[in-house]
Amino acid sequence: MAGRQVRAPEKTIAVPDHNVPTTEGRDKVIENEDSRIQVDALDKNARDFGINYYPVSDVRQGIVHIVGPEQGWTLPGMTVVCGDSHTATHGAFGALAHGIGTSEVEHVLATQTLIQSKSKNMKVEITGKLAPGVTAKDITLSVIGKTGTAGGTGYVIEYCGEAIRALSMEGRMTVCNMAIEGGARAGLIAPDQTTFDYVKGRPHAPKAAQWEAAMDWWKTLYSDDDAHWDKVITIRGEDIAPVVTWGTSPEDVLPITDVVPAPEAFKGGKVEAAKRALDYMGLTAGTPLKDIKIDTVFIGSCTNGRIEDLRAAAAILKGKKIKDGMRAMVVPGSGLVRAQAEEEGLADIFKEAGFEWRLAGCSMCLAMNPDQLSPGERCAATSNRNFEGRQGKGGRTHLMSPAMAAAAAITGHLTDVREMM
Amino acid sequence: MDKFESFSGVAAPMPLVNIDTDMIIPKQFLKTIKRSGLGVNLFAEMRYLDDGSENPDFMLNTPAYRNAEIIVAGDNFGCGSSREHAPWAIKDFGIKCVIATSFADIFFNNCFKNGILPIVLPQEQVDVLMKDAEKGSNARLDIDLENQTVTTSEGESFAFEVDPFRKHCLLEGLDDIGLTLEKVTSIDGFEAQASQARPWV
Ligand code: SF4
Repeated sequence: MAGRQVRAPEKTIAVPDHNVPTTEGRDKVIENEDSRIQVDALDKNARDFGINYYPVSDVRQGIVHIVGPEQGWTLPGMTVVCGDSHTATHGAFGALAHGIGTSEVEHVLATQTLIQSKSKNMKVEITGKLAPGVTAKDITLSVIGKTGTAGGTGYVIEYCGEAIRALSMEGRMTVCNMAIEGGARAGLIAPDQTTFDYVKGRPHAPKAAQWEAAMDWWKTLYSDDDAHWDKVITIRGEDIAPVVTWGTSPEDVLPITDVVPAPEAFKGGKVEAAKRALDYMGLTAGTPLKDIKIDTVFIGSCTNGRIEDLRAAAAILKGKKIKDGMRAMVVPGSGLVRAQAEEEGLADIFKEAGFEWRLAGCSMCLAMNPDQLSPGERCAATSNRNFEGRQGKGGRTHLMSPAMAAAAAITGHLTDVREMM
Repeated sequence: MDKFESFSGVAAPMPLVNIDTDMIIPKQFLKTIKRSGLGVNLFAEMRYLDDGSENPDFMLNTPAYRNAEIIVAGDNFGCGSSREHAPWAIKDFGIKCVIATSFADIFFNNCFKNGILPIVLPQEQVDVLMKDAEKGSNARLDIDLENQTVTTSEGESFAFEVDPFRKHCLLEGLDDIGLTLEKVTSIDGFEAQASQARPWV
């Protein structure tokens, strides 16, 4: 900070998530030296500058994008920034939320401002109803499949339509979370009763008269009927199937009933990229997606590490066992999600099925902590990125919903969850 | 920040689309609390073999491109995570300019904060520059920020757009925070008004 002060420490929160281990004992010592130094530096800075801080020893610790909403820091109409691209998650509350780089974080800490140019507006409308077995994750992946990972570059997306309105706040967070995978820096959903019900009573939400005043304003936060859109995408909710990714970009997404595509089916630079992806993923064109065998299952991350995600996975796993030799882990998105899952008996379902029951953190979403894939290991993951090496060097990632990941854990191959419901 | 001077340099061709920040700097190198010294880890997973030795096939390991100062790439360069380690690693390696048909937004912003010039040009022009870059170290591209042009070794010149304020900051090596703090009275005014209008924040 070059001798400068934090301008608004009371509006700033910090939590270690990316690099902390998710195994017991981590509050005593973090073995990896670089991680330890980084967490210690955060600890010291948070205390020195008086920032709201949730250390690993605090039950409220977890992934920042889960902790913020859970603690009521994230409110409609706010501008929220964080040095992480999945900050878009907070857009689910009708906040303008986007990821920024380290220099920009420094700029915000020092000045509480950011130099920005106006984004273009994209409307993504999901009409109608979702079919059984189809979740918020399938919506967000299907949108990326349609727009491509650069389709949203320069835009802020507003998700709307009947299927979006019908989602819980948690589902809405899953949708907005992956706006960035579609290239948009922010995705948001107009606040409504679902939003207000979620926010009410949270530790940092407004209370009493301020609650009423806030509600009055929040209710005005929606797009006018004649609002200008630079781009409009409409998808019928009924047309969305449970999907999985087959390649190394989140746009490489297909319904589980499909087959691995041939590179020649694409155009331009994507032909090369698809060849490279199939090679990296060890897949042959024409293979049914359902025949792809997996070694590991990871349920967690800021995309799908909330209580409803755990419930959805547990509903599939209840009374079942994971495939022999399968490595499977559940990593709740926060200490509070973990505690609730234990209370609801979900933890027992996971453990009895053969899953490891971990402490909160980013875990295997990004291989910056001890949870990693080995070269060639194939993982069904509920996280958001399937880039080469994302979950560990040479690791192969298939993205999907928590229910789909649970189904795959039982059968040992990618599976259409609808067949198990 | 150093001033961005016009220069002529070797350009490495990387005709891939969606070069993401995990490729640019894999996450195992994100644990540093420093911004310097990341150049050796730039493109680490493509650049080094499993035993840690250099992959002789990777562009930046070949003699022609070891000292490249420019990268010419496909669509959507820098997509993925917001890690500023990506521009830090690029800068530390010695790359001062990246040319592509499009960039991911966060990466694009991060470049300017670190004295790197990202240039967006249409596909046909990037194709010409890619061909020129493929000639190796005999071909150098001229980057002229003042006049907003890129010129090939054959003398063909393309104009590019850049935000005037960002151009000014790059040319003068200005620090954003210092500039913003000059406006502190406006910030105070805004905050006073905002805390009246929305006292719950
Ligand atoms: S869970 Fe994954 S995507 Fe989300 S903040 Fe952590 S590392 Fe980033």
